[in-house]
Amino acid sequence: MKIKNILITFVSAIALLFSTSVVSFAKVVGDKIILGAAISLTGKYSSNGVHTQNGYNMAVDRINSMGGVKVGGKTYKFDIIYYDDESNPKRAAQLAERLISQDKVEFMLGPYSSGLTKAIAPVTEKYGVPMVEANGASRSLFTKGYKYLFAVLAPANLYLDVAIRTAVELNGGKGVRIAQAFEQDAFSQDVRLGILDAAKETGSEIIIDDKLPKELNDMAATLVKVKQMKPDVLVVSGHTKGALTAIRQISEMKVDVPMLAMTHCDAAKLSKQHGKNSQYALCASQWHKTLTYKDDFFKDGMTYAADFEKEFGYDPPYQSAESSAALLVFKDAFERANTFDQKKVRDALAATNMQTFYGNIKFAPGGQNVDKPMVLFQVMCDDAGKCENKVVAPLKWASAELIHPVPKWSER
Amino acid sequence: MDFLVFQYPMITIQACLDGLLLGILFALIAYGMALQWGVMNIINIAQGDLVILGGYIAYFMYLYGIHPAWGVIVSPIIMYFVGIAIYKLVINKVVDRDLFISILATFGISILFMQLMNFAFGADVVLANSGYGTTMLFDNNVVLPNSKIFSAFISIIFAICLVVYMKRSKLGRAIRATAQNARAAKILGVDTEKVYAATFGINAALCGVAGALISITFTIHPYMGLPYTIRSFMIVIVAGLGNLPGVAMSGMGLGIFEEFADYILGTEFRIGSVFLLLVLILVYRRFKLSRKREYLK
Repeated sequence: MKIKNILITFVSAIALLFSTSVVSFAKVVGDKIILGAAISLTGKYSSNGVHTQNGYNMAVDRINSMGGVKVGGKTYKFDIIYYDDESNPKRAAQLAERLISQDKVEFMLGPYSSGLTKAIAPVTEKYGVPMVEANGASRSLFTKGYKYLFAVLAPANLYLDVAIRTAVELNGGKGVRIAQAFEQDAFSQDVRLGILDAAKETGSEIIIDDKLPKELNDMAATLVKVKQMKPDVLVVSGHTKGALTAIRQISEMKVDVPMLAMTHCDAAKLSKQHGKNSQYALCASQWHKTLTYKDDFFKDGMTYAADFEKEFGYDPPYQSAESSAALLVFKDAFERANTFDQKKVRDALAATNMQTFYGNIKFAPGGQNVDKPMVLFQVMCDDAGKCENKVVAPLKWASAELIHPVPKWSER
Repeated sequence: MDFLVFQYPMITIQACLDGLLLGILFALIAYGMALQWGVMNIINIAQGDLVILGGYIAYFMYLYGIHPAWGVIVSPIIMYFVGIAIYKLVINKVVDRDLFISILATFGISILFMQLMNFAFGADVVLANSGYGTTMLFDNNVVLPNSKIFSAFISIIFAICLVVYMKRSKLGRAIRATAQNARAAKILGVDTEKVYAATFGINAALCGVAGALISITFTIHPYMGLPYTIRSFMIVIVAGLGNLPGVAMSGMGLGIFEEFADYILGTEFRIGSVFLLLVLILVYRRFKLSRKREYLK
């Protein structure tokens, strides 16, 4: 009896081993390369999660319809398994584990937000699964020595760096006085570190340095200080909530500051909610449709935006564009590696050096994209109250001239 | 550490006024919580979510071209019935149980509301523009957004109405009687079931008013409810249970305290300092109580 039990266990163990190895091959068989992604389809990140998913889907359809991926003389098509991580880091880590060990996915796409990417990265790293992510910009992701993590976007500390440098340039190369207010989350604090670095390098002085609690949607106190101390630049980062709150209270309290720079204005649709009050705000963005980068699949930013609008019915935010770019990076790496061996694909990813409609992509050893600068756009409105985002920096891509200093409220 | 607030006297005035206006609004939410805690012995974790739901009502009016200030009237009416519905579905089953069960039940309602609002309205941060402009005082050195003044004004009106209603009306007397002794009230012919439902409805209506005001002054988002719950909980704790005038005082006091903490210690310690104050007050209360106990011995 006992021997029989042992035998059964033994046989089933071998069967299990066999079946898993068969399944793992099955993930890239026929003509499909199956990628896995945990995405926030519900919960607090759901709107940006959907932007991410739309970006992924758009690129999958486009690459598949334009000939797919050629590996070893054979043509493959992309397919993605999605799970909803409910905007919850713990759930995201579980789902990554499930995608890898149950669904046998061998290549992953990133989730939305730095926090969730941080939760997933240790899992993909443990299994040696290459992950190209497009929505985790936190600096700490790239200092942990991850070998299988690649981000197509610029790291968070560079978000508003260009704003400070522009302000210094306009000040005749002399340092400026900076007031800053950042929410206490990983991303915003990274942006803050970037400002500290830029301030040090340019000899600028930080005169107000407020950290906004997450549960706060009132920054009147900071603005009163700004009114009294009269800094040259006011920098705010606190996701969509921070951007909307800042514009509302700056306009209500009539705070005059020569330059106002923020993050998350693209997604916030500032001008839609605040109309002319948001005019002259500078917004850091990973991408803007007027940039003139090119590739074979989406042609350029304007074409991408038009195609995206046709398919999903809204203007693509940068979250969608960078997500689409992640697929282009995967395709390029598969073709150069010419195999589905995870290590070789990883090495091919690390050697990526390409241009996409979204920007140039080249990874540093930490995994962040070092070949794509951030852009700054300024909200500009016409007399009828219709507002548009116009790229003003870096100068190479500028489609409008920066209005500086911002006109006083009494003169508007 | 920053002593800007003492260098510029105008900042002191600004901080006081900002804190006062904010405190009055929070006091209104806390008022509802105190009422229902006192009457039904229920700590409503979903308080903040009711506030946010009220805010969405005003926001949708704004979207359809109606001035969001009308939300102050429409929102409480809708929220009253939402409150009654919640009571009939869930709360009446836990109202006689211990506090822990009610916390669990309302916590569940809170999660449900968050998810439903997220599902129905999306996860974007939204706000309603009132276009009320700004009041400048003291040679433009003190600025008060009119929307905040409006909020405080409306909050005071509703608070006064409620106090009068509690004193004068039949239902108000029944509510107060039930709060004092539910059993005795029942024996004397008060329909406590009805009283509980009305109390919960009134609380939800107050949340509706506050929510409409918050959508005009700040921003709303499906997951932003919890801070309002915590804040009103703290105001009630500081005031002490069953002390309704105290709620107004502690609301305003906490608002001003918070503004000053922001200027002196820095924004990052703003919420922390309020918690610290809460701990100190609780310790002080205990200390006072234990002295009293000794005296009794």
